[in-house]
Amino acid sequence: MAQVKPQIVFDPWNDPKAKPLIQCRSITKRFGDFTAIDTIDLNIYEKEFFALLGPSGCGKTTLMRMLAGFETPTEGKITIDGQDVAQVPPNKRAVNMMFQSYALFPHLSVWENIAFGLKREHAPKERIEERVAEMLRLTRLEKFARRKPHQISGGQRQRVALARSLAKAPKLLLLDEPLGALDKKLRQDTQFELMDIQERTGTTFVIVTHDQEEAMTVASRVAVMNAGEIMQIATPADIYEQPNSVYVADFIGDVNIIEGNASPVSGGPEGAISIAYGEGQDPVQAIATSPVTEGAKVFYAIRPEKITVSHQPDPDRANHAFGKIIDIAYLGNISTYRVQLANGQLISATMTNARRLERRAFTWEDEVWLSWTRTAGVVLTK
Amino acid sequence: MNLRRLLLISVPYLWLTALFLVPFLIVVKISLSTTAIAIPPYTPTLDLAQGWAGFKDFLSQLSFDNFTFLTQDDLYWKAYLSSLQIAALSTLFTLIVAYPIAYGMARAPDEWRPTLLMLIILPFWTSFLIRVYAWMGILSDEGLLNQFLLWLGVISSPLHIMNTSKAVYIGIVYTYLPFMILPIYAALDKMDDSLNEAAVDLGASRLSAFWLVTLPMSRPGVIAGCFLVFIPALGEYVIPQLLGGSKTLMIGKVLWDEFFSNRDWPVASAVAVVLLVILIVPIVLFQRNQQKQQEAES
Ligand SMILES: Nc1ncnc2c1ncn2[C@@H]1O[C@H](COP(=O)(O)OP(=O)(O)O)[C@@H](O)[C@H]1O
Ligand SMILES: [Mg+2]
Repeated sequence: MAQVKPQIVFDPWNDPKAKPLIQCRSITKRFGDFTAIDTIDLNIYEKEFFALLGPSGCGKTTLMRMLAGFETPTEGKITIDGQDVAQVPPNKRAVNMMFQSYALFPHLSVWENIAFGLKREHAPKERIEERVAEMLRLTRLEKFARRKPHQISGGQRQRVALARSLAKAPKLLLLDEPLGALDKKLRQDTQFELMDIQERTGTTFVIVTHDQEEAMTVASRVAVMNAGEIMQIATPADIYEQPNSVYVADFIGDVNIIEGNASPVSGGPEGAISIAYGEGQDPVQAIATSPVTEGAKVFYAIRPEKITVSHQPDPDRANHAFGKIIDIAYLGNISTYRVQLANGQLISATMTNARRLERRAFTWEDEVWLSWTRTAGVVLTK
Repeated sequence: MNLRRLLLISVPYLWLTALFLVPFLIVVKISLSTTAIAIPPYTPTLDLAQGWAGFKDFLSQLSFDNFTFLTQDDLYWKAYLSSLQIAALSTLFTLIVAYPIAYGMARAPDEWRPTLLMLIILPFWTSFLIRVYAWMGILSDEGLLNQFLLWLGVISSPLHIMNTSKAVYIGIVYTYLPFMILPIYAALDKMDDSLNEAAVDLGASRLSAFWLVTLPMSRPGVIAGCFLVFIPALGEYVIPQLLGGSKTLMIGKVLWDEFFSNRDWPVASAVAVVLLVILIVPIVLFQRNQQKQQEAES
């Protein structure tokens, strides 16, 4: 008899009864009169792989350092496992951090680096050896146990840093741009390795990154930060499909932003609006998730892959625009067409290259129709 | 190898030959000679005009008598031992004084550091001799230190520091302090603060983080500083002469007395040769330390 594979959905953030492992309540951090973190609220649940994503200097490291205990919030409260940690020094927190620079002890061997934390809690010798061996196996470093950090490669150093921070089996592991120093190929491999290790050890991970692809790949949820504020916290799919602001939409992947004035459409589906964005252009038909007033300024965000390019308007889709191809970026499996509309607006559209290059349907200067459905894009008010 | 590179490489060797090897060979030669009432005050002297026979005659007159003499009079080995002791102890004292200073400098805000470094080097702007004389004014029985302590009421009669080995220790620590501070500071300054944070993050207290991470990381600086103090302190002459009085025995003083009071150049040269042999051990160790550190950094 065929069995249905049980689908376990991991979404404690949707469960009102779930208790978060980490709670940040209105955290603010100022350095002098510079506000590095501005009233942040954050819940992170056990076993989560949580990503902090944002441009350089937006306060990601500062937030991490407050969780680790190296900085104290100017205002607000952090609780870990229900306990207010304001008075708990870093060496007494069940939190370990993997530093952006790895911070491996250069005078100690790989083995001694990994054993460092265990020795500080005066664990018995056999227990230390057992645990270090386990960590070496987990990070595939057995062969390098006796080497000093300067005698191994960058990727291996990264794994030593990970093993060292995992050795004490912390409740929470903070990873500050752990893959920043690796080249692209190694990064991708390591991302999967990290996910695997996170799953196997059941540790809660908070990872900092400025690479949106990395955040989308590894994380169960992503917090997008900008200038000390959290713009949105959501699953990678929601961040991509349902950004709550132009900033988030623009930060994650490619997006077309059409600025216009909204007016509700009567008789259509719930929330239907049309957005007038230019003289002679058909207004965009869209669905607003929150009510908009007549004539309100809105931003319509649509991903390039949601738009089809064709010689004739596609009658099945609600939105059409006519324009001229001014640029084609050929990426092998896909091509991105840059199309200029009559009002000057530029729209990018991505099509898969089902045909061979020489038989491609469109070329530079071709006049084409762009079509997309009513639900393809999102309406944003900020 | 082309000529240009050969020339470049030969420059330091030429310097070494001219400024170290040749004078050293002359000293070795004098140490193998005998005193004479003449100018220069020893025989034999090499007379090249007599050709090969003259050279052979010259060689046959050289002897190791002076070195044997050094082992017979216990003044010499006592002076060597006392110098070793004074140099070793004052190196230790210098380290104890210098480490906190270097540590404080490495922790100081960035904008303060050039000023602090400047202050460390500042004493070099006045003559070393004048600064040692100044210590005589501070340490003597009626000196500033005693006056101050008497005024405080800590002591009721002056401390005798001047003309004892205590004054020599103070003088050496004072004089060589920058040579200890600078390499330790350089080592601590290079150290990434996140190493300390990593140690604390892994459960170490601030103190054990210092002990387990900061101190080992500064070891190359400590070793370099110790050699930079120990080596010159061993042969120090001015400080024991001016501050140590007649009771403080140091090989530098013995050397001076042999040369200028006794005019016994051969024995003085033998003393100098033995001193150099003693110094070669720490110098070689120092070289190895530097080399090992360079390898570790590359
Ligand atoms: N100790 C500090 N003193 C003053 N400013 C700081 C300090 N630490 C961080 N900042 C400032 O806070 C901002 C956020 O820094 P950081 O958290 O390191 O950013 P990110 O990790 O996102 O790149 C930066 O503008 C930085 O200059
Ligand atoms: Mg950072």
